Amino acid sequence: MSEGIGARVLRKEDKRFITGKGRYTDDIIEPNQAYAAFVRSPHAHAKVNGIDASAALAMDGVVDVLNGHQLTGDGIGNIICGWGVTSKDGTPMNMGAWSALATDTVRYVGDAVAVVIADSKEIAKLAAESVVVDYETLPVVVGSVEALADGAPQIHENAPGNLIFDWEIGNKEPTDAALASAEHIVEMDIVNNRLAPNPMEPRSAIATFNESEDHYTLYTTSQNPHVARLVLSAFYNVAPEHKLRVIAPDVGGGFGSKIYIYPEEITCLWASMKTNRSVKWTSDRTEAFLTDAHGRDHVTHATMGLDKNHKIVGLKVNTKANLGAYMSLFSSATPTYLYATLLSGQYNIENVYADVQGVYTNTVPVDAYRGAGRPEASFVMERMMETAARQLGVDPAELRLKNFVKEFPHQTPVIMAYDSGDFAANQKQAMDAADYKGFEKRRAEAAKRGKLRGIGFSNYIEACGIAPSAAVGSLGAGVGLWESAEVRVNPVGTIEILTGSHSHGQGHETTFTQIVAERFGLPTENISIVHGDTDKVQFGMGTYGSRSGAVGMSAIVKAMDKVEAKVKKIGAHVLEASEDDIIIEDGAVKVKGTDKQMLWHEVGLAAYTAHNIPEGMEPGLKESAFYDPSNFTFPAGCYICEVEVDPETGVTKIIQFTASDDFGTIINPMIVEGQVHGGLAQGIGQAMFEGVVYDPDGQQLSASYMDYCMPRADDVPMYQVMHQSTECPGNPLGMKGCGEAGAIGSPPAVINAITDAIGNNNLNMPATPSAVWAALQEASKQAAE
Amino acid sequence: MYTTKYHKASDAANAASLLGASPEAKILAGGQTLIPTMKQRLAAPTDLIDISGIAELRGVTIEARKKLGVLKAKGGETITIGAATTHYEVANNADLAAACPAITGLAANIGDPAVRHRGTIGGSIANNDPAADYPAALLALGATIHTTSRDISADDFFTGMFSTALNDGEVIKSVSFQAPAAAGYGKFPVPASRYAMVGVFVAKSIDGDVRVSVTGAGDDGVFRHAGLESALTSDWSPASAAGVNVGAEGLLSDIHGNAAYRANLIGVMAKRAVESA
Repeated sequence: MSEGIGARVLRKEDKRFITGKGRYTDDIIEPNQAYAAFVRSPHAHAKVNGIDASAALAMDGVVDVLNGHQLTGDGIGNIICGWGVTSKDGTPMNMGAWSALATDTVRYVGDAVAVVIADSKEIAKLAAESVVVDYETLPVVVGSVEALADGAPQIHENAPGNLIFDWEIGNKEPTDAALASAEHIVEMDIVNNRLAPNPMEPRSAIATFNESEDHYTLYTTSQNPHVARLVLSAFYNVAPEHKLRVIAPDVGGGFGSKIYIYPEEITCLWASMKTNRSVKWTSDRTEAFLTDAHGRDHVTHATMGLDKNHKIVGLKVNTKANLGAYMSLFSSATPTYLYATLLSGQYNIENVYADVQGVYTNTVPVDAYRGAGRPEASFVMERMMETAARQLGVDPAELRLKNFVKEFPHQTPVIMAYDSGDFAANQKQAMDAADYKGFEKRRAEAAKRGKLRGIGFSNYIEACGIAPSAAVGSLGAGVGLWESAEVRVNPVGTIEILTGSHSHGQGHETTFTQIVAERFGLPTENISIVHGDTDKVQFGMGTYGSRSGAVGMSAIVKAMDKVEAKVKKIGAHVLEASEDDIIIEDGAVKVKGTDKQMLWHEVGLAAYTAHNIPEGMEPGLKESAFYDPSNFTFPAGCYICEVEVDPETGVTKIIQFTASDDFGTIINPMIVEGQVHGGLAQGIGQAMFEGVVYDPDGQQLSASYMDYCMPRADDVPMYQVMHQSTECPGNPLGMKGCGEAGAIGSPPAVINAITDAIGNNNLNMPATPSAVWAALQEASKQAAE
Repeated sequence: MYTTKYHKASDAANAASLLGASPEAKILAGGQTLIPTMKQRLAAPTDLIDISGIAELRGVTIEARKKLGVLKAKGGETITIGAATTHYEVANNADLAAACPAITGLAANIGDPAVRHRGTIGGSIANNDPAADYPAALLALGATIHTTSRDISADDFFTGMFSTALNDGEVIKSVSFQAPAAAGYGKFPVPASRYAMVGVFVAKSIDGDVRVSVTGAGDDGVFRHAGLESALTSDWSPASAAGVNVGAEGLLSDIHGNAAYRANLIGVMAKRAVESA
């Protein structure tokens, strides 16, 4: 059976993961390692008047206690935000300083002020508890709306009123005019709940400074080790890049939260130099809730106008985005260019305008989390569409169909140029599979059992494969978003693919080999993938934004083009044929129309022995390439959720969830389905279960699994996952990306279904039983009035 | 976790004397609450006294009711459950399931399989977590808690959130109760922890006495609900339970549900408990 494109090849990496033989950062033990424990602020906002570490320093086994003044004194730079956003008035964003260890002020619960380095983890923790910090508490604000209010506590001096930026996109005046003359207006307040990322493996780092070589090695849980090295070197002044090796070994999930370079990794590197020991730190689950960048947290007001034929004439959106206490690496891009650029949804809307205020609060920094801005956009758009349909008394599927973009390319008013898609086809496929026509019958049957049945749509679109370097550069990105690859054919014909993408659950060791198998007709077992080590792979931008297929694999294709060209030259030379007559198939180089051939390993051997290759040709068979995409890719789809609500308790059960996605070319359907299943579970988690809750003092009330509800297997249904694809014209494989779609598309489908069931559109996420029950009470109270 | 000293007690008396010997010692039964709490550095006992291996503290005995006549009414057996009996052992005891299915059903839904194989009935009631299941059952069944020094009625034993009548150096040996004529447990789990947001245990004794207790909802732990008891005394039916107007005063409000929601759930769970009885 073919192992090429479209084959359900079993995951090569699963053997070691399932048998417990994965090698994660915490598994790595250096001969002289010490352990770091951080002294963290219990207050959400306070001045630090002094740190007394004398008791800790007196403890046996304590190597040192280090603080922020020492760190900045050694020239370790402040943590950067990698994307500059410009406000409406042309001014750059107001970014406050963020030191890896706080010096004078702490701004969220968990902000680190010192670190203990000790011989054991237990001693380090005990010593950290003995460090006495003199805090002078300051007023606290946790919500973005409250932080923007007059008289709110000021969090960073250089961000007056806690406003980081006030940014806009789209055509304001025409949008206002369109809304003013619209026949129908739909207006909503929409909250996108704050989430904690919760990868299975918590963050971890082990840093080793080698004094004799003046060289650092950092093993860490990173989605992008090269970017980590670049930033650690260029901005945090740890060491020049050639003196710093960053390795991200097996990484147990990231969902965006492991893109960023956190205070702990920086501190471990610096502390390794200070103490001349390897320094290890592994987050526990509580620390993960307190310090991993959170996701979402938008408060939005949206207005949509429709004409008498129910065509959308304009959409205006205001969003206040909570960015937490400090600006994380992509925190500025997530609620702007990754969010508002998708507010046209799947629809042909002439006028769209959005403005977004980025706001400091006394909470954990907020950044990209699976979907990053696009779930927030699709939630706004798809809640608005469903609400519009209800307000107009029309079928929500019909209303969407009427407004779909039908011709491509399509330029939206908010930057994006959609390149391909067939939204109606996805919708039809999902409606047929979900038996949309039969729904009212099922609703009536459920009512007989005392249950409230509802159905909801979500027709999402997202922008993936980020992204053309020049384009993102013009929008403020500090990096280019290409990808690199190297194809190394060994003398015996086996192949190593070196990629700048990073796999932390995506299955690259399987899918990346499939495209090589397809091209050269080789078994995948002869191909291996090398990634995650800055000493092995020259450079790469890492994995996030569903980019490893569309961008990372495209780089491999480009490198394979070069290998193929050289192989054909060698083949033509050895087989004494014209290069134009050489074909590569079934693991052999053949002369078309003859029985003359060289086996693949013979070509490899010929290239490396160099006894008989074309004159002037360099020996060896190794090619590399950088691929810079020409556009974003635009995965899209239609999700339909059907629920039953128990009116006595507010418990919602998802009866059926149907997903029809357009991901372009699919390399391994099994892995793609797995990505969709996981994404849907995360989206359902956001819609019904998950939510970070702060009290007014800035303490997280949901910082453990006793209170933060992750979806469990019995909370989610058996999914119906299917594909209806159009090829992406922008990259050689025609791929669009599949990693985030499930999480982007599903929350509005769930909430649309529940609100349909209960007859009250006023329902925030997470739609817990108590929230649904309260909404039911509100509905029956309103009905009584 | 802070360092602690581990002791393996040989019998209940030995456990009690070890417990009495150190003011910061704790009994370790299944450890399903204590160990996670210690790992979070929220508890730091100097000594842990492991009672899980003590044979006299384990197992279920059922003593048949003396024949009172020709009528073969259900209930009346004397049931004794050793303090170190795991939830799994309770849930899977066929004789107990025949005599009092409400308690085996309750045990089968505590935590997850790992918790049920380690966690014990004695540990659960000694901790008296305000959202634990067993306190509701023992209170409604009018159970007696037998310790190394005395017998305590359930009414006197549960004295408030995480608080019991146990003295220092006193170890629970077993609990006993008379099998009810009818009993049921309605549990609504907190979505995150799956502890009870509201759990209602209803029990009717062979003499017709009705007791109803509520866990998870009270702001000071498990309590008996007079309104439900009187309604079900006069009419033991789901509709009768559902007809009680349950007030929100004295009930918990937290991020998972406010007092009004919990009040609603008490009515619904009471109704479902009677349905299942």
